[in-house]
Amino acid sequence: MEPESNLKKSLDSGIFTITAEICPPRGTLVDSFVGKARLLKGKIAAANVTDNQRAVMRLSSLASSVLLLREGVEPVFQITCRDRNRLAIQSDMLGAWVLGIRNVLALTGDHVSFGDHREAKAVYDLDSVQLVRAIDALNHGKNLKEKELRGGTGFFLGAVVAPEAEPFEPEWIKFGKKVGAGARFFQTQAVFDMERFKRFFPGARGLGAKVLGGILLLKSAKMAHYLNKNVPGVRVPASLIEELENAPDQLKKGIEIAARQLRELKKFCHGAHIMAIGQEESVPEIIGLS
Amino acid sequence: MIITKKKKKEEILKRLGGGKTVYLFGCGSCAEQCKTGGAEEVREMEEMLKENGYGVAGSSLLNETCYNQLVRKEFRKNPSLRKAGSIVVLACGAGVKTVSDNAGETQPVLPALDTIFLASVERQGRFFEGCSLCGECVLDSTAGICPHTECPKGLLNGPCGGMAQGMCEVDTEKECAWVRIFKRLEKQGRLHCMEQYCPPKDFSVSVRPRKLCLR
Repeated sequence: MEPESNLKKSLDSGIFTITAEICPPRGTLVDSFVGKARLLKGKIAAANVTDNQRAVMRLSSLASSVLLLREGVEPVFQITCRDRNRLAIQSDMLGAWVLGIRNVLALTGDHVSFGDHREAKAVYDLDSVQLVRAIDALNHGKNLKEKELRGGTGFFLGAVVAPEAEPFEPEWIKFGKKVGAGARFFQTQAVFDMERFKRFFPGARGLGAKVLGGILLLKSAKMAHYLNKNVPGVRVPASLIEELENAPDQLKKGIEIAARQLRELKKFCHGAHIMAIGQEESVPEIIGLS
Repeated sequence: MIITKKKKKEEILKRLGGGKTVYLFGCGSCAEQCKTGGAEEVREMEEMLKENGYGVAGSSLLNETCYNQLVRKEFRKNPSLRKAGSIVVLACGAGVKTVSDNAGETQPVLPALDTIFLASVERQGRFFEGCSLCGECVLDSTAGICPHTECPKGLLNGPCGGMAQGMCEVDTEKECAWVRIFKRLEKQGRLHCMEQYCPPKDFSVSVRPRKLCLR
C-alpha cells in the first residue's frame, strides 16, 4: 500500500487543516529553504512549494518538494501551465509520484511578462482545467491520450480559486469545471472580504470541494500598496492598510491580522492556506495567536 | 490583413553592409494599408538609402508581393532588378520569402519590416488581432472572441486568477477576453458553451510549415 496524503487524511477527518507556502531559492543554496521547512515541521499539515512564482526562475518545485520530504514535511507540489507542455507535465507528475510526493496543486501560472525572463516563450499548452484533467487521468492509470500506463499515480489533487474575483461568475464557472475535472481540494487566493468568502464557501462545499481559505501575511502597509498595484487578483482593503499604517510595529500588526483571519476561517471553513511570502518564520506565531 | 511594422533604420543599414546598389520592393496590399510598404514608404526608404551612400537601382510596387507569379514577372521584365547588389522588401514575411525565391543565387534579400499579426481592421489605421490561424476554430462557442488569441495565455476554459475588476493581468487596460466571452454568451443565453469542458488544443493540425494545394 502506497503511503497516503496526510493532507487528504486531515481534511477528510474534518480537522481544521493548515497549509503554508514556501518559495524555493533563486539558486542552489537551500539552507534558508530547509531552515524554513524545519520551522514549519509539525505546525502545518503540508507545505506548498511554488513553481517559478511570478514567473521568476527558481529551484524547481519538484526538487524543492523532495527536499521537504527529506525534512519530514509533506509537500504540496505546485505545477503551472506556463513552463511545460503536456509531455513535460505528465512526465514530471510521474516523477513526482515515484519520488514520494502525494499532493499536487495545479495552476495556470503568472504570465512571463511579470517575471525575470520576459523574453521567454509562455507555454500554456494546457490550461489549468485541462491540467487538472491530465493529472486525474494519471490518477486513473492513464495518460492524456487515454493510454494505460505501467503504474499510475494517486495524487491528492488540488487547484486554486479566487473567491473575490470581480466579476465572480466566470470564475465560478471555471471553479465548477475544475471540480468536474477532478480537483478535490482548493487553496484560495488571499481572502480579505470574509463576508464574501462566507457566501462563496457553502456553494464550493456543496460541489464536494475541500476549501482552504487563503491568508496572505501583510508585512507592512507598503507591501499592501505594492500588492494592490502589482499582484494580479489581490486586493487589500483600505481599512486593513490603515490598520497597518497606524501600528507602531507593522509586521506585528500584520501577524495579528493574519491570526484574526485564521480565527474567522476556523469557525466555518475546512482549512487555511498561509502565504507568508518570505516571512515563513512568522507562520507558527500566526497559528499560535489564532 | 497582415500587419507589419518598420524595422529601425539602423538595423536595415547594419544588415545591408557596405555600399552596393539596392533594389526596393513595396507591397500594394496589407503593407500599404499599414503605411509600411506603400509608394510613400518606398520613396522614404529610397531617400534614406541614398543619404547613407547606397545607389538605388529601382523599385517595384506590386499589388501583392506574396504572389509568386507577379514577382517572377517583375524579375523577368526588369534587368536592373537582377543586377542590384541586394534587394530590400517592404512587405510581410510572405512577401520577403516570395522575392527571395525569385532572386539571384548571390543576391541577398532583406526584410525592411517585421511581420507581427493577422488583424481585423477596426477602421483605417486601427488594427486588432482576433485570430492566430490555429487551424481549429472555436469561435462559435466563444461568441466570436478567440480565447487562443485574445487571452495572452490562450486559456480555453475560462479566466485565470489574474483577472481583476474584469481586466486582464497582462494588459490592465484591456478587458479580460473571458469576461467579454462570458458577457456575450450570457446575452445570447448560451452560457452552457462556457460551462462545457474544452479539451486541449490539437497542435498537430498546425505543424509548420503549413500548406494548402488546391491543384
